[in-house]
This record gives sequence, C-alpha cells and structure tokens, in this order.
Amino acid sequence: MLEIKNLHVRVGGKEILRGIDLAVNNGELHAIMGPNGSGKSTLARAIAGHPDYEVTAGSISYGGRNLLEMSPEDRARDGVFMAFQYPVEIPGVNNAYFLKAAVNAVRKHRGQAELDAMEFMSYVREKAKILELDPSLLNRPVNEGFSGGEKKRNEIFQMAVLEPALAVLDETDSGLDIDALKIVAHGVNAMRSPTRATIVVTHYQRLLNYIVPDFVHVLLDGRIVRSGRKELALQLEEKGYGWLEAEPQLM
Amino acid sequence: MSQVAERLLPVGAHLARYVADYQAAKSPSQPQWLSKAREAALAGFERLGFPSTKLEEWRFTPIGPIAGKPFALAADGFAKADKHLTSALSAGGPLAVSVNGRFAPHLSSLDALPKGLQVLSLEAALAANPALVEPYLTRLASPEQQAFTALNTAFLRDGVVIFIAPHTVVETPVEVLFVSVAEGKPTVSHPRFLVVAGESSQVRILERYVGSGTTFTNAITEVVLGANAVIDHYKVQEESSAGFHIAGMYLHGARSGTFSSHSLAFGGAIVRNDVVAVLDGEGIDCTLNGLYLAGGKQLIDNHTTIDHARPHCGSHEVYKGILMDQAHAVFNGKIVVRIDAQKTDAKQTNKALLLSDDAAINTKPQLEIFANDVKCTHGAAIGQLDDDAVFYLRSRGLSLEDARAMLIHAFASDILNRLKIPSVREHLEAALTARLPQSV
Repeated sequence: MLEIKNLHVRVGGKEILRGIDLAVNNGELHAIMGPNGSGKSTLARAIAGHPDYEVTAGSISYGGRNLLEMSPEDRARDGVFMAFQYPVEIPGVNNAYFLKAAVNAVRKHRGQAELDAMEFMSYVREKAKILELDPSLLNRPVNEGFSGGEKKRNEIFQMAVLEPALAVLDETDSGLDIDALKIVAHGVNAMRSPTRATIVVTHYQRLLNYIVPDFVHVLLDGRIVRSGRKELALQLEEKGYGWLEAEPQLM
Repeated sequence: MSQVAERLLPVGAHLARYVADYQAAKSPSQPQWLSKAREAALAGFERLGFPSTKLEEWRFTPIGPIAGKPFALAADGFAKADKHLTSALSAGGPLAVSVNGRFAPHLSSLDALPKGLQVLSLEAALAANPALVEPYLTRLASPEQQAFTALNTAFLRDGVVIFIAPHTVVETPVEVLFVSVAEGKPTVSHPRFLVVAGESSQVRILERYVGSGTTFTNAITEVVLGANAVIDHYKVQEESSAGFHIAGMYLHGARSGTFSSHSLAFGGAIVRNDVVAVLDGEGIDCTLNGLYLAGGKQLIDNHTTIDHARPHCGSHEVYKGILMDQAHAVFNGKIVVRIDAQKTDAKQTNKALLLSDDAAINTKPQLEIFANDVKCTHGAAIGQLDDDAVFYLRSRGLSLEDARAMLIHAFASDILNRLKIPSVREHLEAALTARLPQSV
C-alpha cells in the first residue's frame, strides 16, 4: 500500500525528516510516536502533499504509484486522507456543501455517479451518527466556532464520509477529553478493514489504549529509531523517550 | 483617437463641450425653480471643473479617461437598447426602465401598481405636478461641492421618481433599470432617480445599471426616508467594460427610519460611487454594505459618508472587494458624529481580497467624532487567499481551481447572503463565477 524510502523533507529551509523508511500494508494500523519536533507531523503532511513541505530526497510509493508526483487533490481522490492536527476554519463555506463537493470529486475520479443533495444528506447523516456529531454542525461554516473536540470529530467524520484507502491521523487525540477520545477511537476502529491502511500520529500513549496498533514506530530527530509491536508504546509510557535517545545503537 | 493622444489633453479639455451641450440642448419647459437650480449647477460645474487627483477626495481616482473623452450628450428620443439589457432581474414586480437618462414607458411595466405606490417619469411629473417633487428634487444632492453632481443637475431633465405613500407597505420589489447605450460614439447621460418614502411606509428597491459600448453614466439618486419608514435598497452596477460610471446617492433619514443599502459593483472601466447618508432624526438604523469585483484594469472607488446628526442612531457598514489582474480599488469610509449625536453606534468594516500581485487598493477610514458618549469602530483587512484553507480543501479532493473559487465565493457570501431578493443573489453568484479566471 505505502512504501516510504529514505525520505528527507525540508520545511522553511530546515531539514526535518532525515531518512524515513516505512512500509504500511493493507489492513495494518501503524502508530508513529515521538516527542515534540521529532518530525511526526511533517511526515503526515508530506504524505498529504502540503506544498510547504519540500521532499529533498527519497521516495513514497502508494499502491505502486509515485505519490510525490501527485497533487494533493489527486492523492485525496486516490484514497489518501489526512486528519489535520489543526483543522482549518473556513468562514463562509458550509460544511455540508464543502463535503459534498469533496465526496463528488472523489466519486467522479472513481467513475462513480455523483450524489445529489438528497442522497448526500442521507449518506452523511448515517456517518454523523457514528461519530455522535451534532448534525447542526453540518450546516455551519467549516470548523468555524467549533470546539477543539468538535473539530477533531469533524476530521474523523470527513474520513468516514470519504472512505480513504490510506488514512493518516495527525495528533487527532491531542487536546481531547476522554469522552471525545473514545468517540474518535470508535470512529477509527469502525473503519479498520483489510483493505484500508491507517497511520496514527500521536504524542500520547493514551490513544493506543483505545486504538490498538499493529506496529509502533518511534520518531526522533527526523528518523525512526525504534519499531515494534504495541508493547513498545507501553515501554515508552513507562520510560519516556529518553532511554531511546540514550541508546540510539539499539536501532 | 489613441489612448496616448488622449492622455496628452489636459484634464478639463472637454469642459467647454458640456457647457455648449447645455446651451444647445432643447430646453423642455420646466418650472422656474428647477431652471434656476440647473443654471446654478452649471455655474458650479464650470467653477469646480473636473476633479483632479490633487483633491483629497479624488486622490487615487484619476478620471482623465472621462474628462479627456469627447462624450456626446445622448440624443433626444430613445436609443435602441438590446432586449437582454432591458429585461428585469426581479421578474414579476413593477419595472421602470430609463434609457440614456430618458424614462422609457414602452419598456417599463407599471400596470396595476399597489395602492400608495407611484412610479413615474421624472419629466412627466415635472410637467404635470411639479409641486410633488419640488420639496425634494436637488435638495439632498448639493451641486455646490461635487462637480459630477453639479453636472448631473445642470442636465437634469428626466429620470424616475418613486413615491410611497405614508403607511404603505409595498410587498414586491420595485426594479428601476438604467440602461446606458453608446449611440455610435461615446455617449454621456445624466439619469436622475428620486425616492420618497412616506411615514411608516416600507419598500424594497432594486436600482440597476447596465449598458453597452463606451458610455459615461453620471447618475444621481436622492432618497428621502420618512419617519419610521423602511427602505431596503440594492444598487447593482454591471455596465460594459468600456463604460464609465460616476454616481452619487444622497439619503436623508428621519426619526426611527431604517435604511439598508447594498451596493454591488461588477462592471465598468472606471466606477465611482459616492454615498452620503444624513441621519437626521433619533433612532435611525442605517446599513451600507458593498461588494465589488474588479479585473483587468478596472478602477472601482467607493466613497461613503454617514453623518450621525442626531442621538441614538446606528450605522453598520461592510464593504468587500475582490480584485484580480491589475484592478484598483479605493474605499473611503467617513463617519461623522455630530456633537448632539450621543449614543451613536457606528461600525465599519472594509475587506479586500487581492487575487493578483498587480491588484491594489487604497483604503481609508475617516472618523470625525464630536460627541463623547458614542461607540465607533472600524477595521480594514486586505489579504490574499489563505494558503492553509486552499490546502485543506485540496486535501479533501477539490481541485486547486475549485478550492480557490470556493474560498472566493465564501468571501463574497458574507454580503451576498444578506441580499433579500433571491434572483439578485443568484444573478450575482453566477456573475461572480463567470468572472473568476479559470486559474487564479
């Protein structure tokens, strides 16, 4: 599904990722952990194709295609989805209107018939229910005036609606109270399937109590310094990141 | 004549032409008070001359292309206007059409007007019942200070008059369409529009300007808002890209009146809108909003003045502009709060979206506050599309063009969503879509 090789990414002239190798297969859920500034979000944004994130070396192959040659919208239409760490407020753009345009852009790309307003609304209402999203948020401008929790739920809601093949969640758990965290985790778990790959970027081990990963990777200073099974997250919880910094030779 | 040659002419070169036109024009029989006002206005125009950019009020608006062009006064009778120009936007309601300043009964649709509503040709009203308009006409738009107002008044002959009798509520919008057509050469017209809303009356008015060819529309609108009256006004300007549009709207408000006006400027080569609202009674509520869209080398200038002359009045002003290519905009929002106007609540916002590096805006709030217990706020924001928002939309599958168009519409929607005539809103949405470049 996704194969990242020796990825180097620069942002604003500064090299943040310094050689990432990562392979994610269909049906797998990978957690990327690491302290602030380690490059977790940079990795997520590079996968989504943010124009400020310049790939200076390495490759990303997605379903056999060169992802780096694709525009952000082509990536999205081909099934890549990133839940934003900081969802953008867009005054004046109605949430439902925006999402309908997105769904239909994706459907058109896949050769499916576009949904009309009625079909779309009944489709999204179902999805909103799963995430316990107040349906009135659909008729508000995108993210404007949403609480932190509402914004994050709105991201997972969009993911549920767009049904991506590869979902990248960038610190979706940060700043959530336990109730919101459970709802988000439920939304992510409900979407796990043998045909979907998920990357969960998180700062806190807590999320992994609710979303159990197949693999855990630790990012430090732009490199993956340790990979393991879900138990690795528990070790991190116990010891912090310091013991990995002290023992980089364990790579 | 080439553009370069025209520029060599000093501003005001064609001043004499207007004076000669004035003298040559067949003078309709008009009441003496009007003849006198017109003569005084001509003298005022001769004295003032065309404004130069040395005047603060015209600093960013060079009108050389207007002053230096030999515009011929629209001929007597009716110029031929294309059918698509003369059709109503708000279908079904009363429609008054004026072509090159002349009221056109054959194009208008004014049968079965509701009781209490009069929509008249100004010329006919002046001939039949001058006392009806005498208390208002030329009383608000003072020709003393503004050359173009003086010029309009000097050529005052015809136009449209709307009277709403006291306590009359007019349900359907009244559309007044001013068409400017070039008559084989650059053509100037001076349309005049007068609205008098009686006490506790209510009306919704769509004032629209369309045109074809090289025209100069020098329009003046006077609005008398009676006590406790409600006027919901829309001005839609979509003249040809070769058209010049200089317009002044003068409002006088009485106690507890509500005036809401939306200025929507999409067309024209050089466009200047002056709005002067005098809130001359307690408890008036005045809304002045605007949306303009300019591309190419268009220049759109909005000057507004809200004069809080009495206590307890509120004014709300939001102007938004979308500028492409090498377009230039000017916004000058003046708010005067006179010494008696305690408890004034005035709010002004001006925003512009620059879609090109070559587009520019000059914006200036101008607050003159003489009372001490007032609330006055103003803010201006000029910027480009938010890159983060563009990326957010693209990351959900929208193309770059669609993402940008969606954000531009969102910027405009703030104003468009307030338009209470659905056909006008839809028309402008479509006009906005049509004007946006494929890749901005």
